[in-house]
Amino acid sequence: MCGIFGVMDKRRQLMDGSSIRQALSMMNERGSGEGAGYVAYGIYPDYRDCYALHVLLDNTCESKAVVDATLGQWGAIEHDEAIPTYDQPNLRKTCTPWRYFFKPDATLAPGSASPEKDIITNLVMQINAAPNGAEIISSGKNVGVFKASGWPEDVADYYRIQDYEGYIWLAHNRYATSSPEKWERPDPFNLHDWSVVENGKTTTYGTNRRYVESFGYQCSMSTDSEVIACLIDLLVRRHGLDINLAIRALAPPFWEDIDRMPEAEQKLNRALRFAYGSATMNGPFTVVAANPDMMVGFTDRGKLRPMVVGECGDRLYIASEEAAIRAMEPGVESITRPAAGEPVIGRVAP
Amino acid sequence: MSSNFGSMPLRYRVAIDREQCMECGRCIDNCSYGVFRRDGDRILINSRNCTACHRCLTYCPRDAIMLQEHPCDYRNHPVWTREVRESIYNQARTGKIILAGMGSVSKLPIIFDHLMLDACQVTTPPTDPLREPVELRTYLGKKPSKLDFRQRSNGDVELSTELTPNLMLETPIMLGHMSYGALSLNAHVAMARAAKETGTFMGTGEGGLHPGLYPYQDRMIVQVASGRFGVNVDYLERGAAIELKLGQGAKPGIGGHLPGEKVSADVSRTRMIPQGSDAISPAPHHDIYGIEDLPQLVNSVKEATERKKPIFAKIAAVNGNAENVAAVARSGVDAIAIDGFRGGTGAAPRVFRDHVGIPIEVAIATADRELRKQGLRNEVSLIACGSIRESTDVVKAIALGADAVYIATAALAAMGCRVCGNCYQGLCPWGIATQRQDLVDRLNPDVASKQVANLIHAWTLEITELIGAAGINSIESLRGNRDRLRGYMLDEGLLEILDVKSVGA
Repeated sequence: MCGIFGVMDKRRQLMDGSSIRQALSMMNERGSGEGAGYVAYGIYPDYRDCYALHVLLDNTCESKAVVDATLGQWGAIEHDEAIPTYDQPNLRKTCTPWRYFFKPDATLAPGSASPEKDIITNLVMQINAAPNGAEIISSGKNVGVFKASGWPEDVADYYRIQDYEGYIWLAHNRYATSSPEKWERPDPFNLHDWSVVENGKTTTYGTNRRYVESFGYQCSMSTDSEVIACLIDLLVRRHGLDINLAIRALAPPFWEDIDRMPEAEQKLNRALRFAYGSATMNGPFTVVAANPDMMVGFTDRGKLRPMVVGECGDRLYIASEEAAIRAMEPGVESITRPAAGEPVIGRVAP
Repeated sequence: MSSNFGSMPLRYRVAIDREQCMECGRCIDNCSYGVFRRDGDRILINSRNCTACHRCLTYCPRDAIMLQEHPCDYRNHPVWTREVRESIYNQARTGKIILAGMGSVSKLPIIFDHLMLDACQVTTPPTDPLREPVELRTYLGKKPSKLDFRQRSNGDVELSTELTPNLMLETPIMLGHMSYGALSLNAHVAMARAAKETGTFMGTGEGGLHPGLYPYQDRMIVQVASGRFGVNVDYLERGAAIELKLGQGAKPGIGGHLPGEKVSADVSRTRMIPQGSDAISPAPHHDIYGIEDLPQLVNSVKEATERKKPIFAKIAAVNGNAENVAAVARSGVDAIAIDGFRGGTGAAPRVFRDHVGIPIEVAIATADRELRKQGLRNEVSLIACGSIRESTDVVKAIALGADAVYIATAALAAMGCRVCGNCYQGLCPWGIATQRQDLVDRLNPDVASKQVANLIHAWTLEITELIGAAGINSIESLRGNRDRLRGYMLDEGLLEILDVKSVGA
């Protein structure tokens, strides 16, 4: 199960988190009260040039010291503080959420086309893979992930999600199957630009993980969304694929459909399957992913999980259920259910 | 010079139920090893010649013939086993290397049998192949590791990466390399037709390509081995792909061996060697004395065929397998076939067959891991071979990292072979591993090709069901997906090497 929700305002008009909380809680039937999370783009305008690192710390002494020291070596911490939280009776607190506003030292990644992101990627992998009591749950500019084990309302209230304003929001209502106590386990997963929420469970975690790890990524969470975030980062940032093609590589058409395409298209699709066979995701999934410029939704090619798309004015919605969209936008103008293999791509106005 | 061994205990005893027998003599006609002969109105038996090929049993209309292995006991001894003692007697008598046919007979555990497959239950649904597509189509050859695009003048983006030639298989099962010479023409024709019918490919082995196979040449992978038998540019041009045989799992470190008895006039013409002479391939290729020589051979074969065909290399699985595979992957080949120590053979020294090499399960797992580690996985496809016995072996080999498999002994068995292991004698009563025309004529290519095609078809259906149950609808999503395997009663060291978790984990 699991319920996912995404909303994007094409003109970057800000939405506070209260309506997202309401939309996500409409899908409580799809969750088990053991995990929920939110991610929003545009929430830290004052630190827009810093990478905002949201970190779950086992404790604020030894665990934090490790993060401080590592970040200090790779750049400058402009500011750091505890993320404001408000205890909820139904949440069992197991860690302390912290945030750093960090500027990586680009000279430490000489020769890279995107040195800052390379450094951030490595820092996230390094800190998360080590048994140091610190998990970086988001690491992009002007973006932040808020998640915990509990029902969506409790998690939202714990972080007072209504105090944040973003132009893209993704949210996830988790039906836990493993490690329900771990706050880092619910979606969204974020790796600098990209955030991912998934409803599903791929049957290709092993293949996909080994594939991204052969490019230097390290996956330590045993969960699909972490691998999907790495896959998208690899294909889009490092391999330079247009998002359209990246999604087609992850959920490609069947060979018999490719065989019927015009020659040039056939060649392109064959090349994508040749190059990215190990990146192909199989099994049931609906993924909604976002970066600062776009929000996309796509399903497995058999569409074993739901995906509903709503449009209203400048807003694009993608959700597991229509009810979630209507909770936020009662007068939604259009509701569609794209066929299997039809991705939804929404871009914010430049 | 005689020995004092006299009559050794019988390997097999053949008995005729005289009440049932109607003395029709079909056993006499069918046995090419001379077990049966007629004496007046009685059929006499010489069990010493028997190979347990079952030909007589198959053709006895009264089920009157019975066969027993080891009818005579040796004193039981756990160290000085029957096999050890018989080898000693044999070598003390002859002073020779013992030759054996078919794959290893060592009783080592088979790793495939200790790997369990996964299936979906509630967190993910199984895919139902009767109602949803499940793709087994497999492309073998070099794949780009990333794609490049260029912008056209009208703003459209088009692919600028050129794809190198790949073989397209409808199922990840190919028919492995067994030479014409080792096998009969009818056996080759039967397999070639089956390959065509099932959308897959067949290896020629190192024996050249008989004109009788030209109609199927677009389904043939022509092999270039160290003996270069039958190799000329015409041969290379006829194949759909070209395989450089660098090693063989049944006998790593040594070359092929075709006994002169099997070098008939036709075989002699096809191989371009004298009739009746032993065809013994050198251990190394005489133009490859270091890895840097391999790219030269790969390039010359590519140039000779205008770079239109994928080039495969076949190596035997030995200790330094990962290193060998990584080295070959850099030589410009498009696919690497790895042959495990249980791989079959028409004739190999017994000591090599039973003692040299490593299991295919380990070889594929380490090769896949090393290629990924070195960023070379898309450079080559991996083909697993060496005792792939059933569809589950195929699925397990692919989950460990193979792209496809070669089957060989299984294909022979589908044509009637009883795995008696006497291929090197050239008297195969099934008409498979012989060149004696009267025996060859026993194998009807129409019937045999149907049987081989049936086997491939049946396995293909089973693979579809197995991966569908695991929620996978495309074979490339199984490749290297070791998370869908679990080791049952495998030790920790081996699990780590296979990168497979234990059952329960």
